[in-house]
Amino acid sequence: MTDGFINDVEALAARVPDGAKVALVKTTGGVPMTLVRALIRRNVRGLHLVCVPTGGLAVDLLIGAGCVETLETSAVTLDEFGQAPAFGRAVRAGRLRLRDATCPAVYAGLQAGEKGLPFMPLRGLLGSDVAANRADWEVIDNPFGDNDPIVCLPAIVPDFSLVHARSADRTGNLYIGDTREVLLMAHAARETLATVEKIVDGNLLDDDALRAGVIPSVYVSAVAKAKGGARPLGLPGGYEVDGKHLALYADMARDDAGFTEYLDTFVFDRKAAAE
Amino acid sequence: MSAVASVPGSVPGTNSDYRLEELLIDLIAGLLEGSRRVAVGVSSPIPGSAALLARHLSGGGMWVSVLGSRHLQSFTDGGVEIFDLAAQGRIDAFFLSGGQIDGSGNINLVGIGDYPAQKVRWSGSFGSAYLYYLVPRVILFRLEHTRRTMVDQVDFISAPGTSPDNVYRQGGPYALITDRCLFAFDRVHQRFRLESVHPGHTLEEVRDNTGFDFDLAQDSGPLPTTPGPDASRLALIRGEIAAAIADPYPKFAAEVLGLKGNLT
Repeated sequence: MTDGFINDVEALAARVPDGAKVALVKTTGGVPMTLVRALIRRNVRGLHLVCVPTGGLAVDLLIGAGCVETLETSAVTLDEFGQAPAFGRAVRAGRLRLRDATCPAVYAGLQAGEKGLPFMPLRGLLGSDVAANRADWEVIDNPFGDNDPIVCLPAIVPDFSLVHARSADRTGNLYIGDTREVLLMAHAARETLATVEKIVDGNLLDDDALRAGVIPSVYVSAVAKAKGGARPLGLPGGYEVDGKHLALYADMARDDAGFTEYLDTFVFDRKAAAE
Repeated sequence: MSAVASVPGSVPGTNSDYRLEELLIDLIAGLLEGSRRVAVGVSSPIPGSAALLARHLSGGGMWVSVLGSRHLQSFTDGGVEIFDLAAQGRIDAFFLSGGQIDGSGNINLVGIGDYPAQKVRWSGSFGSAYLYYLVPRVILFRLEHTRRTMVDQVDFISAPGTSPDNVYRQGGPYALITDRCLFAFDRVHQRFRLESVHPGHTLEEVRDNTGFDFDLAQDSGPLPTTPGPDASRLALIRGEIAAAIADPYPKFAAEVLGLKGNLT
C-alpha cells in the first residue's frame, strides 16, 4: 500500500539509497526520466542497475554521471542515434561491473523474483560467452530429462522498480497499459516508486477495460506526479520520443566535456530538464 | 542483368533499375517462403519489409510480427512473449546480425578485444543468446561485408552457430546475407556455402573481403548472380510494402523505397 502521494520527484529520489538494486524498463516502455534526472542530482552512487531487458538514454546518463557500479543488461543503445557513448567509455575504462545478459534471461530472473523462487531455468545460452562470463548462473542437468543441460538463473529482486505510468488513482493503482514488463518489474521488486502523467478520480480497478493494464497499489510504495515524466523518451499511449533531443544528446555526449555540459544544461538546470 | 545495386543513402532511380535494399527485400522474402510465422526485431527495416513481402506472396497465410511497430505486431504480454513463442517452437524465422560473424556461424554483438574492458564496445547481445538456439531459420543480415565484420573467429560469442548434440537446439543460422552476396549455412559441416553474388560483385571480391573459409554451392562453372526483383515485384515493394513498413520505419519507406504522401 502506498505511503501516499509525494508531489515532489526529488523526495521520491531521496528514497533510493546508494548501492540500491534498481530496475528500469527499456526505452519504449515509459522510463521515469524526470526521476532519473532527480537521482543524478541527488548524486546517488553505487547503483546495481537492472535493465529490463535493455537500456538507453537513462542508463547512459546514470553511467556517465558515475551513479552505477554494476550493470545487468542485454544491451545499451541509443537505437537509431547510435551507440551509447557514456556506456562505451565506462566499459573501456573498466569502470563498470558488467553482467551482460540476454533479453529473456532478464525476464526469467524477474519471473523467479515475482514467484518467490530461487531461480528460473532458461533454454539457449549454453556455449555462449554471455553464459561463460556469468559466474552467478549455473548449469544443471534437467532433472526430468536425460543428459539435457540447462542454465539456471538466480532470481532478480530489485530493491526498487522505478516506473513512469500513464496515470494513478488516489489509492496508488497505476495504469501502464500493455507494457507488461513494467508489471513484471513491479511484481519482482521489493518496492515500486512511480511517477505518473496524471492523477485520476475513482479506482482504476473498477474499469474492466483498464484493469488488465493496472499495477495494483499493493506493489507501489510512493507516487509523484510528473507530467511529461518520460520525456525526452516516449510514453506508450502518451507521446513520441523526441528524436531531436536524442540526436543532440548523442552529439554532446561524445566526449566527457560535452557530457558534463549536457548534465549542466538538462539535468542540473531543472528548468531546461522540464522542457 | 542490368541493375547495379546502389549504396544505401543514394538517390532512388539514379544509375540503377533498383536499389540494393530492394534486391535484398526480394531475396529475403524468398528465403522466408514456407515459414508459418516470422518475427522481425527492432531496427530492421529491410528484414521487416521482406517479411511483409513474404506474407503478401503467401496469400496472407503467413503470420508476421515486426517488433517496434504498433500495428504490425500482436503481442499483449509484453517483451517476454516473443521469447516464449520461440521456445515453444511457434516462431519459424527470425533475423540476427553481428558486429562480427565468423565462419562457424558464431555471432558477436558485444565488442572487440578482451572482455569485459573491451576497446570497442557495442550494444550487447539482445535476445541472440536465446533465439539463435530456438528459431529454425535464423537469417543473419549484415550490410557491411569486410574482413572487419566477417572474421575467422569472433572475439566474443554472443551466440554460437552450432552446439554439441546434447544441447537443446531447434534452430540456428540458415543463411547469411551481406551487401555482396548470399551464403547458406551448412549445419552438418558447420560452414557457410556461397550461393550467389549480388549483381556487380564477384567471387574474388567476396574472398578478398571475407576473413573465413567457405564452400561454393557448385564446384565448377560461373557462380550464380543473385536475381533482382522483376518489375511487378518492384512495384509491390515500392507500393504496398513501402506503405506498410512506414508504420515503424517512415524514413526508410520514404527515402529508400520512395514512398510518397503524408508521413506520420
